[in-house]
Amino acid sequence: MSVDLQAKQIEPLRNTFGHVAKYVKGNKPASRYEEATFGAQPSTNFHYRPTWDPGYELFDASRSQIVLEDWYVLRDPRQFYYGTWAMARAKQQDAVESSYQFVESRGLLDQMPDDVKQIACDVLMPLRHVAWGGNMNNCNIGAIGYGTAFTAPAMFHAMDQLGVAQYITRLGLALGETAVLDKGKQDWLEQPRWQVLRRFVEDTFVLTDPFELFIAQNYALDGLLYPLIFETFMDQQLTQRGGPAVAMVSSFMNDWFNDSARWINAVIKVAAAESDANKELITRWVCEWTDRAQQALAPVADLALGEQADDAIASARMTLDSRSNKIGIS
Amino acid sequence: MSDVFIAFQANEDSRPIVDAIIADNPEAKVVYSPGLVKIDAPNRLVINRETIEEEIGRDYDLQEIHLNLVTLSGHIDEDDDQLSLSWDH
Repeated sequence: MSVDLQAKQIEPLRNTFGHVAKYVKGNKPASRYEEATFGAQPSTNFHYRPTWDPGYELFDASRSQIVLEDWYVLRDPRQFYYGTWAMARAKQQDAVESSYQFVESRGLLDQMPDDVKQIACDVLMPLRHVAWGGNMNNCNIGAIGYGTAFTAPAMFHAMDQLGVAQYITRLGLALGETAVLDKGKQDWLEQPRWQVLRRFVEDTFVLTDPFELFIAQNYALDGLLYPLIFETFMDQQLTQRGGPAVAMVSSFMNDWFNDSARWINAVIKVAAAESDANKELITRWVCEWTDRAQQALAPVADLALGEQADDAIASARMTLDSRSNKIGIS
Repeated sequence: MSDVFIAFQANEDSRPIVDAIIADNPEAKVVYSPGLVKIDAPNRLVINRETIEEEIGRDYDLQEIHLNLVTLSGHIDEDDDQLSLSWDH
């Protein structure tokens, strides 16, 4: 007797969930990102309006002046859902750990000249509070924004900002004792040169439009702060003056900034391309908040870079302006 | 003229690779069979790192295709950015 074994291909009737299939072209199987994102936003049957803000539904697209036919167009090019995001960050955390091990086992932070240590602490420690502000603001975007494609990455971004704050804290503890952190907080609260930036951060806390908040925090403020402080000051200046160890253990900041810029650009580009009204509004927000961020960062740049501060700010501004041009805002 | 082919395990990881190959090789034909995806192309088939990166939204090392690669035919020409199969010498 012979047994004839045959492989048979069974065509699935559906390739993914109905609410996801609407967004996937050509009846293809959906990726994990698409399945975790599309159709996840609650959109109907809100029985009660929130007691804390009865003017709106619990999830309400009209909280933003930006009008989109469908908020799921704001896709994240990094395709982060919880799994991929957590794995990417775990990998980066491992890299930072091994940098710390390298730096600490060789005592590289201790070998830094005292004045370089001092300036690193003076500039970087108050930025813990800026990063915490970024955490608050992105949490808020997640809370009052609309559409999972937009709000989920905002929540990841919030946790990333918290991570940045923690990395700065850890750097502070490696450079000195807790007094370094206390001094940073005191500067943040009292020293005149930080007050413009502090006002900027605190003013963004009370913005009610999630998209405006997104632009003010993620595009305008971070778009100038990171190139100015973490690239120009930390990676270039500190390294030249004998503190490359600081850049080594803080490599996450620049990597993360460049990577998340792809998401921020994509969101703004797509929203602006949808209608002229959106484009006008976004352009206005970008101009207003970038100007304010530039003013707020001037005294900080002065502290960090001294004579080169003006050039560095101008070049950071130019970089951001050309970024705006590329995504269709001018 | 004869075909070159490459086959991957049919899973979540190889789907974006297959999509990238289809995008870069308009003449390629995809054959799905249980557990396997085979792509036939006349004369030449090319896999570009950049196209895969666009599909998956992160940096990609072309050597990662070996995790899901089952078999292939054709002379291989590969570097960091692309892998191509053809019968040319």
